Amino acid sequence: MNAKLIMGLAVSAALASISLSAQAGNTAEGLDAKTAEIVKRDFRDKGIAKATRVNQDELQAMCSKYVDKLPAKLKTRLEAGESDAIKWPADGKYMGDWKAGEKLAQSGRGMTWSDKAEDPAGGNCYNCHQLSAKEIAFGTIGPSLLNFGKIRGNTEANQRYTYSRIYNAKAMNACANMPRFGHMGILSEAQIKDLVALLLDPESPVNK
Amino acid sequence: MNNSTVKKLIPLLVLATSCAATAAESEISDSDRIAQYREMISDGNPADFDEMRGEELWKSVAGPKQATLEKCDLGKGAGVVKGVYTELPRYFKDTGKVQDLESRLVTCMTTLQGIPEEVITAKPFATDKKASDISSLATYVVGQSKGIKMAVSTKHPQSKEAYEIGKRIFNYRAGPYDFACSTCHATSNVRIRMQDLPNLNVKKDAQTAYASWPAYRVSQGLTRSFQWRLNDCFRQQRFPEPKFASEATVALTMFLAVSANGGEYAGPGLKR
Ligand code: HEC
Ligand code: HEC
Repeated sequence: MNAKLIMGLAVSAALASISLSAQAGNTAEGLDAKTAEIVKRDFRDKGIAKATRVNQDELQAMCSKYVDKLPAKLKTRLEAGESDAIKWPADGKYMGDWKAGEKLAQSGRGMTWSDKAEDPAGGNCYNCHQLSAKEIAFGTIGPSLLNFGKIRGNTEANQRYTYSRIYNAKAMNACANMPRFGHMGILSEAQIKDLVALLLDPESPVNK
Repeated sequence: MNNSTVKKLIPLLVLATSCAATAAESEISDSDRIAQYREMISDGNPADFDEMRGEELWKSVAGPKQATLEKCDLGKGAGVVKGVYTELPRYFKDTGKVQDLESRLVTCMTTLQGIPEEVITAKPFATDKKASDISSLATYVVGQSKGIKMAVSTKHPQSKEAYEIGKRIFNYRAGPYDFACSTCHATSNVRIRMQDLPNLNVKKDAQTAYASWPAYRVSQGLTRSFQWRLNDCFRQQRFPEPKFASEATVALTMFLAVSANGGEYAGPGLKR
């Protein structure tokens, strides 16, 4: 390598570092960091919704950073972590009472700053899914679950699958738009069983 | 507002009460219902009352300095109101900040009238069927941009940065439900229960949604500002409360306003 070339390389390296530092605030990383700083400063406690709610776990941070399109390896790793953290029912039973499940599915209440600490959270299921044919005011963010049990079958494998989906939808799709009802402590084990029954019990209005 | 408008408002209010009661069971989607309201009040919107109230506030002396807001610079020079909303948020040299309409109104009320910021931001939203001054003022200002195309600039480096940060806040997932704005507003043709959700990443949806706020909420009997709209969506997102007119809310507004560029400003709007 001759001296001229070395000089040239040194100069272009110096130039590159100057332009980098001038733009530090405008790189994707710089903007991500600044966003996190602003968000942490600009939200405050209101009722049960504490300011610390803006702190992200790794999954939330990665889904935000990649706008829900995770690199394959990261996606696999995150899903495995979510899956390993699923707490399965100790008694090995997945089905509860579909009537209680329907009530939960109807309730859109829970965890906003206008909810009270003593108000139990509902499932919000109808906000996003069609379930019972009778309820026509259903949302469409999630797939229709009408006839879910009739179509899939009420096998133990399906009960276990449905339980895991409600407990933590992110175990199968890291950036799914469905909340992690069990993982985040929104619903109890017994409540999730009631919802599994709502979806799979042949007597449930979902399958009539 | 003329007499015939007032007459048309009466059945509207009756409809509003009955709709609020049956909203959950109703088979008509919100968009259909809103179309019905629009038809009924084709030449008037209850937000007109708020616009008039805001105009009066703009022109009345107030605060320790006993001044009006008529020298307030909303971006096109002191006292200019016409068309300003279509270029907000924007960078302001005097504060060195990017500001939306409401944060800029706070600046004018503190500097010109001497009203302490804490007093203005303590109760920035209407409550108990009563308008708030700052939201009436905002309603007055936006009314002077009717029919003008949204043209928010990101030329200034700080405006560009606000846009980029706003986009990140839009996709910022957190809280017990892992929600971001994008959970509800980044897919086309979806709804929550019967409420249609705009896909704010799509220009046409962003234009219609953004350019129709502030808006009169029939179900609440109040005119609501854009800061309120963001505040209530953060509530549904299970987030803590965004501080009124904070940098986070202004950046998010910048992102949404730029997404709406080219659309004709059509507010103050009318919503369920
Ligand atoms: C905010 C929206 C939202 C809410 C609330 C929600 N879901 Fe979901 N749900 C989804 C989405 C989106 C999917 C698709 C998941 C994916 O992308 O992998 C889904 C998927 C599912 C599936 C898997 C469907 C299949 O085909 O295997 C089940 C079961 C389910 N949801 C049940 C429920 C129940 C029960 C509730 C209430 C406790 C609920 N969901 C609440 C959005 C939601
Ligand atoms: C859990 C769901 C949910 C989340 C999360 C959410 N929104 Fe909304 N948004 C709604 C619903 C529902 C409406 C319709 C409002 C109504 O009629 O009350 C709406 C309405 C809006 C509108 C007005 C649309 C119109 O045409 O009038 C805007 C703008 C908006 N949201 C922006 C946002 C932003 C920005 C965020 C993030 C801070 C956000 N939303 C988060 C559910 C949500």
